[in-house]
Amino acid sequence: MEGALLDVRDLRVSFRTERGLLRAVDTISFRVDTHEIVGVVGESGSGKTVSLMSVMGLITDPNAVIEGSILYKGRELVGLSQRQLRSVRGSEIAMIFQDPMTALTPVYTIGWQIEEQIRAHLDLSRTQARRRAIELLGEVGIADPASAVDRFPHELSGGMRQRAFIAMALSCKPSLLIADEPTTALDVTVQAQILELLGKLRRDFGSSIIIVTHDLGVVAEIADRVMVMYAGRIVERVSKRDIFTRPWHPYTWGLHDSIPPLQGKKPHRLPSIPGSPPSLTSLPPGCAFSPRCRYRFDRCAERPALEGEEGHAAACHLSLEERARLYASRRREAP
Amino acid sequence: MLSLLVRRTAQMLFVMAGISILVFLIFFATPGSDPASRIAGRNASPEVLAAVRHDFGLDRPLPVQYALMMQHLFITHDLTSFVNRGQRVIPEVIEAAPVTLSLVLGAAVFWVIGSIGIGVLAAATRDSVVDRLLMAAGLIGISMPVYWLGEIVNLVTQSRFHDTWLFSWVPPLGYTAFTEDPWLWFKTLLLPWMTLAILYIGLYGRVLRANLVEAMQEDYIRTARAKGLSESRILLHHALRTSLIAFVTLFGLDFGALVGGGALLTEVVFGLQGVGKLTYDALRNLDLPVIMATVMYASFFVVFANALVDITYATLDPRVRLA
Repeated sequence: MEGALLDVRDLRVSFRTERGLLRAVDTISFRVDTHEIVGVVGESGSGKTVSLMSVMGLITDPNAVIEGSILYKGRELVGLSQRQLRSVRGSEIAMIFQDPMTALTPVYTIGWQIEEQIRAHLDLSRTQARRRAIELLGEVGIADPASAVDRFPHELSGGMRQRAFIAMALSCKPSLLIADEPTTALDVTVQAQILELLGKLRRDFGSSIIIVTHDLGVVAEIADRVMVMYAGRIVERVSKRDIFTRPWHPYTWGLHDSIPPLQGKKPHRLPSIPGSPPSLTSLPPGCAFSPRCRYRFDRCAERPALEGEEGHAAACHLSLEERARLYASRRREAP
Repeated sequence: MLSLLVRRTAQMLFVMAGISILVFLIFFATPGSDPASRIAGRNASPEVLAAVRHDFGLDRPLPVQYALMMQHLFITHDLTSFVNRGQRVIPEVIEAAPVTLSLVLGAAVFWVIGSIGIGVLAAATRDSVVDRLLMAAGLIGISMPVYWLGEIVNLVTQSRFHDTWLFSWVPPLGYTAFTEDPWLWFKTLLLPWMTLAILYIGLYGRVLRANLVEAMQEDYIRTARAKGLSESRILLHHALRTSLIAFVTLFGLDFGALVGGGALLTEVVFGLQGVGKLTYDALRNLDLPVIMATVMYASFFVVFANALVDITYATLDPRVRLA
């Protein structure tokens, strides 16, 4: 395990609620190496955001319980005080969010907000910070950064706002960038530009990136590896190539099928996964996906472990041969 | 900026004209309100009544009466009282205005500083004992009627404990102009300021706390945390700024109303001859010229305060500037 930038082990995030303990993230482990882009895929409520927010220590809910270990460059982040976390946040690990409109403070200029972050971590004068802010805005591809720096968030287009936000996130050269659905609120052409920008950042800044998304297209575009999450658990850990050619988990197959095929006959209806995601307070005892799984059998009442080979693992009781057979026959069976 | 100024002035003139007509109609044209019989006193003979009516110009058509009153008020500035004949109205208002302005401005300083302090502290220590105590204190402040509180303050500082070291500095009730003796002015007004401010500190503190707590749920607060900023910086720079909008709105309304005579109770309790007191006395005597003058003065301040609020909005929130 040498060289891991971020090493998360057995992370559990639960919330105390009136109806008992709600386990939003259930014992997940993953690692991110330097220079790596990891995609986290799953539907709403699958724990993608919560698990990454806990990496940043951003879960402020007093009813949240975070257990397990999050090692960043060998340093344990779980249990650090807010004050100690402040030196990590923004300077070591930066985060970008889904909607830059609401994620930027509306009453300050872009430049002011970037300068604020720079000056929170680096000992720079106001003029130096401002110069750096203009530089950064230029680097993320904003035309005329010298004037954009004095604009308010509402004066920029959605794509520009997200660029400005990325500039802010990069201002202290973080080693890890967590992007929480950075393209969801943007229109499609802008999405591609933003993804391209993120890819460029890895080359120029050498940052690792964790990108949370529910869009496999985003993954195809940018990620090296993918984690598929379902009901707070990782159900499959796979390389980008394998997720499209030989995914192992039936849930991943379902995600896969929900993308319209580019070649061949147009399906009459896109296949969908039957049912809806389970409520986190009443998870089935075994495999959380089993009630919706077409290939469920007796053993699914036991919780499957995440097993597999190096770089590819899935939490499913089906044997490898069965998976291969079922995956190949699945298209024909699909309604 | 210029067009804004012109628009504001036009708006103000419109509001003041509307109010003057309304006030005039209430006192002259409402059935059963005959100013002449009020002036002539009870049991006045019809002859006396007719004489009074003619004397005060009350036998002329209403529009003419209104026009004449406006002319005296705004053009010749020689409007005289109905009750104390020969008493000019405008100097009276001009004399009373500084008293009210001193009272309200001073109190406003207290209540803005006090309520921001309380609101921010309560929001920062949200759900703790400090927060609960502050909010309970705020509720008590809101619940204490100003005339009662003022009387208690007077009882303690003027009578019961006046001769102790604590309150021997308190000057007797009344008003001393700032230009005469600034220090005495300050000492006389300190207790009235605090008495008047307590209600607003409680009210504004609670409103601000609620707004701050709400703002702390916003996405940009999460961003600020992700940037590695300190909690106090997040609260003061990111949450407070956007929370002040409601605060400023309230302030504009209350400030305008108070300067326009709403501080009547405080003025009476502390023996300050301000605009509130003047209006109150005029209302009791149905002294229409005085009522008209004080209402005009009040409406000016209400509109003026609202214009200030709008300018403050634009400084607080850049999104307003475009509109």
